[in-house]
Amino acid sequence: MSLVPLWTDYMIWGLVIAIVFWARIIGKSPEIKRQWRLVFESKVAIVSTVILLFYVFIALIDSIHFIQTAPQAFDGATEIIKPQSVFDAIFSHLANESERTYSAPFALVEHNKSMQVLASGEVKYLYLPLQNIDPTASILLESIKGFFIGIGLSLLLILPHVFWRSVKNSTSFLQRLKDVWQQKTVIPWFNAYITFAIILTLFSIFYVLSFSYHVLGTDKVGGDVFYEALKSIRTGMLIGVLTTLVMLPLALILGISAGLFKGWVDDVIQYLYTTLNSIPGVLLIAAAVLVMQVMMSNNPDWFTSTEERADMRLLFLILILGVTSWTGLCRLLRAETLKISQLEFVIAAKAFGVSKFKVITQHILPNLMHIVLISVVLDFSGLVLAEAVLSYVGIGVDPTMHSWGNMINQARLEMARMPMVWWSLFSAFFFMFVLVLAANLFSDRVQTVLDPRGLSRSEK
Amino acid sequence: MFAYIVRRLMFAVPILIGVNFITFALFFMISTPDDMARAQLGAKQTTPEMIEAWKVSRGYDKPLFINLEEDGIDKISETLFFQESLKLFTFDFGESDSGRQISADIQERMIPSLSIALPTFFIGIITNITFALLIILFRGSTLDTVTMMIAVAIMSVSGLFYIIAGQVLFSQMLHWVPISGYETGWEGVKFLILPVLIGVFAGLGAGVRWYRSIFLEEIHKDYIRTARAKGLSEIKILFKHLLQNGLLPILTGIVVVIPSLFMGSLIMESFFAIPGLGSYTIDAIQSQDFGIVKAMVFLGSVLYIIGLILTDISYTFFDPRVRLST
Repeated sequence: MSLVPLWTDYMIWGLVIAIVFWARIIGKSPEIKRQWRLVFESKVAIVSTVILLFYVFIALIDSIHFIQTAPQAFDGATEIIKPQSVFDAIFSHLANESERTYSAPFALVEHNKSMQVLASGEVKYLYLPLQNIDPTASILLESIKGFFIGIGLSLLLILPHVFWRSVKNSTSFLQRLKDVWQQKTVIPWFNAYITFAIILTLFSIFYVLSFSYHVLGTDKVGGDVFYEALKSIRTGMLIGVLTTLVMLPLALILGISAGLFKGWVDDVIQYLYTTLNSIPGVLLIAAAVLVMQVMMSNNPDWFTSTEERADMRLLFLILILGVTSWTGLCRLLRAETLKISQLEFVIAAKAFGVSKFKVITQHILPNLMHIVLISVVLDFSGLVLAEAVLSYVGIGVDPTMHSWGNMINQARLEMARMPMVWWSLFSAFFFMFVLVLAANLFSDRVQTVLDPRGLSRSEK
Repeated sequence: MFAYIVRRLMFAVPILIGVNFITFALFFMISTPDDMARAQLGAKQTTPEMIEAWKVSRGYDKPLFINLEEDGIDKISETLFFQESLKLFTFDFGESDSGRQISADIQERMIPSLSIALPTFFIGIITNITFALLIILFRGSTLDTVTMMIAVAIMSVSGLFYIIAGQVLFSQMLHWVPISGYETGWEGVKFLILPVLIGVFAGLGAGVRWYRSIFLEEIHKDYIRTARAKGLSEIKILFKHLLQNGLLPILTGIVVVIPSLFMGSLIMESFFAIPGLGSYTIDAIQSQDFGIVKAMVFLGSVLYIIGLILTDISYTFFDPRVRLST
């Protein structure tokens, strides 16, 4: 077994490590600590954080790719070895097996009749039974099994956390447990634990059931929808998160220099973002993606596997989204920098002969952080939703990649079919909705705490 | 006023040149004149001489940005970039891959686009403002909180869901309206109802939140207190005093979008088979027709810049305190 990280794997793990580091550094300031405490004092905020963390976790374990060195086949036939993620390994029973075509959730037979020649030579139309399910398994018993596994796992994870918090607050473990139960803690840990337990329990029920049934049905080529919807989390998260990684440096550097240096620098930067902004977003993305597609089909030797190709395409898409979406934040940052650079403490710092670089990093940047943070969180949900639309237009991620947009796009063609094939659409929309709703609620809370005057709202 | 508008229009020129430059650079990266000539002449038996002749006849033999062989102003004007830009500035978009005149197609398709976009836009604004004012009436109550939660939920659902769910529910199951299509004249109204309603509903969440925040800023101002002190009913205060004063930021905020309504909605038009500019664009993207995409990029930027200018003008028009700086 050997690790084969894709480009996006490096980026997302790098980002996670950077965020952890950043949190450590910034956590030293009591003022910022107080603000974040305030954010999490809201029940809505902490519940949506737990949900978001669940999505992040799935995305992260789906971002560790390795190649299983397969046992040498006897007949000398070389098996195509595909890079797998840790997530695929956990779901190997769904990843490697598939049905023939559509089937409803928990169905025992296929969704449509197909022609079958019987032994007597008679031709009949029958609902063929599914191959990879275990009809003898009782749904109820399996659910109960999953339920207890989920509850057990949650307790196993929650109790140490309670213990850790009790040590930190120097109270006894039992006292802490009582406080949490009676919802007396400042941060509503009770709600966090409950949400965590619910998600984990639901997940383990579905996971246990997925060994015997297709819990959310199968899609056109027989792939399990539950597995696909979960796989799509990585794509959605990558587009939402990594785009900011591309956009942030551009917006920060250009925005601050425009606001600070004024004059012709300001003119050039303003001209740049007005020009970019005046091209309708989708069209600019479409044009760039078309160019990329042609370039990729002209240079097929850039990639060795379809995974790599899909990954490269995702990376390009993220780059394009980043380059087209920095203008809004840049404008906000420019205006704010203009304002801050007139304030006394900046003028004083300049008078003391503090270098320009230090003025920016010590005095201006920290005062811009709330705008950056809010717009990053706000943009995230927009980007996740945009992925679906872009895939529909045909300029989204690679068609071979699991994504909610691709799921919707594929299922859309079956709308006219009666009885309806609803489960693919439903699953994709549901998983997307939960993520976006959590992100929206969280960003609302962040906004009320960090920016009570609603500075960054005026832009929307 | 006139001088101001002319001056603003002059500002638009460098931006449009910039837009042109971007599209030019993007598209010439992948389809050089040689490629175009080969595609036009057919892949087989094309000799370099034929390609050369084709390029000369179309003017594609000139250098890209600067022509050093010419003198004076011709250094710039006798180039491919200048030539192509000039064509765009006169709204001559050339022919699409299927051999149709793009400019004629665009003119033809503007009306269907508008017949969806205009009603959606205006009905949307009216519903959003009404809802926002009603919520302001109940501000701080549980109803306010619950409605805001619903607004966030509406915002969090993908727009594609509303379209698909609407089509399934109202067309496939209830058979109230046809599922998709377009007709001119009054007969066509039945095709427009569903897309307009879905468009309005999908925008409701974000819209109500935005208008609510605008009105909330106004509600603490003195004139509202005066109106209350006069003993006016809350409804009258909201729908007369607050609305009148809140309309200024709203109007100036939405003017920028109005010209872009011509572009239509990509997703809506393609789902409901409306022969507008949105579906035109989507078809062009899917069939990789660069000529059309280029034309739409240019048209979109022109409309956006017109929107910006209209915004500036509307400021001075509605708010006498703002003076046009000359």
